[in-house]
Amino acid sequence: MSTLVYINSRNGLSKGDFEAVTYAKKLGGDITVVTCGGESNDSLARLGEYGASKVLVDRSVTSNDSQQIANVVTTAAQTTGANTIVFSHDLVAKAVAPRVSVKLIAGLVPGAIDVPNGDTVKVNVFSGKAYGFVKINTDKKIISLLPNSLQPEASGSACGVEEFDGQAGDPRIKVLNVKKPEGDIPLPEAELVVSGGRGLKGPENWGIIEDLAKELGAATACSRPVADVGWRPHHEHVGQTGVAIRPNLYIAAGISGAIQHLAGVNGSKVIVVINTDPEAPFFKAADYGVIGDAFEVLPRLTEAVKKFHASN
Amino acid sequence: MLNSHSILQKNSSMNILVCISKSPDTTSKIAFTDGNTKFNENGVQYIVNPYDEWYALVRALELKEANGGNVTIVTVGEASDEAVIRKALAIGADEAVRIDAAPVDAYFTATQIAAYAKDKGFDLILTGKETIDYNGSQVGGMIAAEMDLPFISLASKLDVSGSTATADMEIVGGIEEVQVELPAVISCAKGMAEQRIPNMRGIMAARTKPLNVVSPVDASNYTAFESYALPEAKSACKMIDPENMDELVSLLHNEAKVI
Ligand SMILES: Cc1cc2nc3c(=O)[nH]c(=O)nc-3n(C[C@H](O)[C@H](O)[C@H](O)COP(=O)(O)OP(=O)(O)OC[C@H]3O[C@@H](n4cnc5c(N)ncnc54)[C@H](O)[C@@H]3O)c2cc1C
Ligand SMILES: Nc1ncnc2c1ncn2[C@@H]1O[C@H](COP(=O)(O)O)[C@@H](O)[C@H]1O
Repeated sequence: MSTLVYINSRNGLSKGDFEAVTYAKKLGGDITVVTCGGESNDSLARLGEYGASKVLVDRSVTSNDSQQIANVVTTAAQTTGANTIVFSHDLVAKAVAPRVSVKLIAGLVPGAIDVPNGDTVKVNVFSGKAYGFVKINTDKKIISLLPNSLQPEASGSACGVEEFDGQAGDPRIKVLNVKKPEGDIPLPEAELVVSGGRGLKGPENWGIIEDLAKELGAATACSRPVADVGWRPHHEHVGQTGVAIRPNLYIAAGISGAIQHLAGVNGSKVIVVINTDPEAPFFKAADYGVIGDAFEVLPRLTEAVKKFHASN
Repeated sequence: MLNSHSILQKNSSMNILVCISKSPDTTSKIAFTDGNTKFNENGVQYIVNPYDEWYALVRALELKEANGGNVTIVTVGEASDEAVIRKALAIGADEAVRIDAAPVDAYFTATQIAAYAKDKGFDLILTGKETIDYNGSQVGGMIAAEMDLPFISLASKLDVSGSTATADMEIVGGIEEVQVELPAVISCAKGMAEQRIPNMRGIMAARTKPLNVVSPVDASNYTAFESYALPEAKSACKMIDPENMDELVSLLHNEAKVI
């Protein structure tokens, strides 16, 4: 059995990449990683620690053109004879994996949250309100792993990195400009998230959210109405129509917990809710609840975290 | 509302296909029947999948309004989906096509749409970012692969000038402003357009707009849902004294082990 893992190393390696290789290791068999872009050999060799036996890198592909990347992955799958291909279910994989599925006649399971049971893979459905068990009918299989579904495990040593001609073909997407959000932790990958809703009353009050996030090393998020009125940038909006996240800890202040909001956050391992209204629906989905005014509770919580960090 | 997204140049008229899926109303109760093998549709209201309606369809209409042209919506679905299709017509699409088959999986669905679109000369094929029931984000990329077209995924902005489309594409770690030559497939995410509420005239007009039913082509499905499960009920929420945040921090560290 041979497994191919595609990782997007264009912005360096992420936790999701290590998770994908760890996942492949749990499937058993030999693991090859294929990637495009400019990451250094030394950095790519680290994937060996998570279980890869070699890394193939095609440096001719210089954009996120899903067609070129799919060609490279397909060529790598054919050269290595892989019967399973693993992706981390990130923004680029969402464009590449479906193309590889068609090219290789390989059934694709997007957003797997567990290792397969035979040919059947567990996924979230209905925006996290239920689980589905998907059977793959084809011989070749593609599994795209939802970030934060397992912990990366490093136990091996660095592996070899080989230049690879993946027969990418010509790019059809021309990149004019790349916009990077300023320095923050990208929300989909964050392990800790502090989020605010309409209960915070205005954008000028977001300092208390940011202070807590900074003290925890957390990303910040918000409810939809907050992004809609422009208190916070759109990319922070979580929920059914925004980003879906599943951090280890989600702290929600001044958010009622409408079903569409919950749909994007109920995969979080632990949820803390701070709300003045004891009847707020969010408490039903919470692990820890604080009935109180966010303007008092958040600064107090920030102080408590500071104290905890100082003594640990 | 006129925002920066609506600035368009005059082009030759455009022929746009928008892929529309139904999805359960976002407040629907999620339950399963037949030994947890089927979604329980009892009492469920279906809506047009929000990404398809708010972003893909509305942006298609804006492009048509600026340049002239035609907006066709296509659904792979059964006769019971026609109510949802009429809703999309009421918002302003010119005509609808229903490919008469249950959308068994993404590959089957994409194959049907690609087979239909193949010889129709569409300049743009738009899909939503994902369906909110199965959350796959697969169909758009598969249509592009089957038709050998460029694919811009997760576009939050889209403009067309002549035969060139410019879009903002979400990528790992940022946004790329990209350009492709048409025809192309584009999946549409938040930011692309503002929601439109259909008016009475639109609703009346939708009743008489053409809704063509076409037969599916032979295709297999690569995957199948075998069963479903509901998450375990959360244990009761532990209430913490708002004066005592040290206790919360200690629980998060020692009990929940998340900090
Ligand atoms: C199709 C559809 C899709 C949607 N998608 C999303 C989505 O993706 N994400 C999303 O978030 N919403 C979404 N919504 C909107 C959703 O239904 C809710 O309207 C929204 O989540 C409410 O935001 P909120 O909790 O910030 O505001 P509110 O509902 O106004 O709640 C504010 C809360 O703050 C509390 N509060 C007030 N003052 C304080 C204080 N001083 N301290 C502490 N608490 C205080 C109040 O008790 C209240 O519970 C969607 C709706 C629809 C119809
Ligand atoms: N049955 C269908 N008929 C037409 N279009 C569909 C169908 N299912 C999905 N789509 C389109 O494909 C997009 C992505 O769907 P999915 O891959 O299921 O997340 C949706 O937003 C729709 O635009």
